[in-house]
Amino acid sequence: MSKDWLSRLSRVATIILLLVALSVISPAFLSAQNLTNVLRQASLLFLLAAGLTVVILTAGIDLSIGSVLALSASVAANFIQQGWVWGGSLIGLFIGAACGLLNGLMVALIGLPAFIATYGMLWVAAGFAQVFMKGEIISGFPTSFRLLGAGHLLGIPVPILVMAAVLAAVAFTLRRTSFGRYVYAIGANREAARLSGINIRGNLLLVYSLSGLVSAFAGLVYVSRINAVESTIGEPLLLPALAAVCIGGTSLFGGEGGIEGTLVGALIMTLVTNGMNLLNVSPYWQSFVMGAIVVLAVAIDQLGSEKAGRT
Amino acid sequence: MSDNVWRAWARRATMAPGAVYALILLSLIFSLFTAQFLTLPNLANVGMQAAVLVIVALGMTLIILSEGIDLSLGPVLGLAGVILALCVKQQMPLALAILLAILVGAAFGALNGVLVAHLGLPPFVVTLGTFGMAQGLALVLTEGASIPGLGPGIQYFNDGLIAGLPVPIVMTAITFLVIYVILYHTKFGTYVFALGGNQEALGLAGVPVRLYKTGVYVLGGALAGVGALVMTGRMNAAHPTVGVGLEFDAIASVLLGGTSFERGKGWLAGTLIGVAAVSVLRNGLNLIGLSTSWQVSMVGTVIILAIVVDALRGI
Repeated sequence: MSKDWLSRLSRVATIILLLVALSVISPAFLSAQNLTNVLRQASLLFLLAAGLTVVILTAGIDLSIGSVLALSASVAANFIQQGWVWGGSLIGLFIGAACGLLNGLMVALIGLPAFIATYGMLWVAAGFAQVFMKGEIISGFPTSFRLLGAGHLLGIPVPILVMAAVLAAVAFTLRRTSFGRYVYAIGANREAARLSGINIRGNLLLVYSLSGLVSAFAGLVYVSRINAVESTIGEPLLLPALAAVCIGGTSLFGGEGGIEGTLVGALIMTLVTNGMNLLNVSPYWQSFVMGAIVVLAVAIDQLGSEKAGRT
Repeated sequence: MSDNVWRAWARRATMAPGAVYALILLSLIFSLFTAQFLTLPNLANVGMQAAVLVIVALGMTLIILSEGIDLSLGPVLGLAGVILALCVKQQMPLALAILLAILVGAAFGALNGVLVAHLGLPPFVVTLGTFGMAQGLALVLTEGASIPGLGPGIQYFNDGLIAGLPVPIVMTAITFLVIYVILYHTKFGTYVFALGGNQEALGLAGVPVRLYKTGVYVLGGALAGVGALVMTGRMNAAHPTVGVGLEFDAIASVLLGGTSFERGKGWLAGTLIGVAAVSVLRNGLNLIGLSTSWQVSMVGTVIILAIVVDALRGI
């Protein structure tokens, strides 16, 4: 318990440190407008990382989230641009869930290692997204669709409300439903979970399908916000999403962590990106920094848990 | 007697890695659909283009045998090429430039190895992180641009001939022989196979498991550096993102070749057949006129099919 508190405290401290540092670097940082902007950016990362968090809680991984986002957003955008907002969105969500289901089938039914199954899916989905878009950019969507990513409700940007709603829904599911308890049980000790009668395959299928669905939903929010889509939008999103989950304290070995940590992780990652932009750091450094943060986050988590006695 | 021989061959046929079937099937299909495929110049071209992939895939085979994975090998190859080009542009002696490029590869391998073997971190997450680091460094060093016009010293690694054979083919053959001897005729090789079986038991038997595991990644990274020589020679230029995706083809080749993540099961020559299958697939799709985007999807589908079939056979 004390270790839990300490690591939570360290994450909050990191955020405060970043906030202080950024406001010293740039006076514009602490303006309400920039802070709203940070939250809006964090919301996309959080959405993508939310599905991933649940997958990782089961001691799995989903490397395909970025390219599934790109594929579903590309196909959906094509219909939405022609004015078919609801139909297009539903098709996008369906594609995301279908990719997730395929991942789930490979992992849960056939028993492939999750990282290799979802790595294959990463390339399949990325390839199809490229085939579909033919290297073009689709832009200019109906205003009704733009509401999702760029609109306001009661003065609050819609993506932030979406983030809050997803946070509440996932937190409730993980804490208060049997499915949520099964997710932790499967991640902590799969064999024990199986022996206690939990339907491992069914629950894993659901977890991976949800991850695909949430990725597709994140794609819709993303496209709606930037009002354009191309086949490569998902590529740079995997590392930050993975970093958000790791920094958020969800263990890659499963069964430990939660969605609240991922929110904190997404905020930290967004502040880091925001800070690099404010400091005029070359965008070429960002890939290095993201990679280094992932490595550091998992290394620190592992060293911390070794001290706490987990092997 | 002949009955027994037939049965033995039939058993061997069902045990053969997916790559054998994929290679035969793909070659048949492409020979039927395009007249160009089964011509000597085209097949020679496939061989030359496969050289880099073979070198990287051999390293990947050892890593996968040890129950690991290295997603960073593609970008590490790109980074090694950038280092090589920068050194050549600084008028450094070629031998030193080559040494530095291979050392950069080995250094990333060492970083991966220490994180995986000593800290016990999941290799796919660690190497995804170092993927970003290597790619970022390559981009920073070149500011995203190519470094062209490296001169005859570098071009030798593509155009040169040794005893009448193209240098890339000779380098590939030497790499294969070296890795073959290491894997099958040294203690290190025996332990690499054992690493994929039961690391706990190996550790209890007093084998320095971590050291050997780190060594596997160092070797893989150094080979990515060697691959960078051939790649840079072929283009007479270095480009920061040239290696991205190569790790995927390498993993596909290794898995198609019958090496699996678990049980320390694998076959070095299988990787060669796997590389041939992946290269023929890409070449054939090119000849038919399918874009690289389709190729990516097709290779992705083939890799998934291969591991699914492999897993189903194991059940």
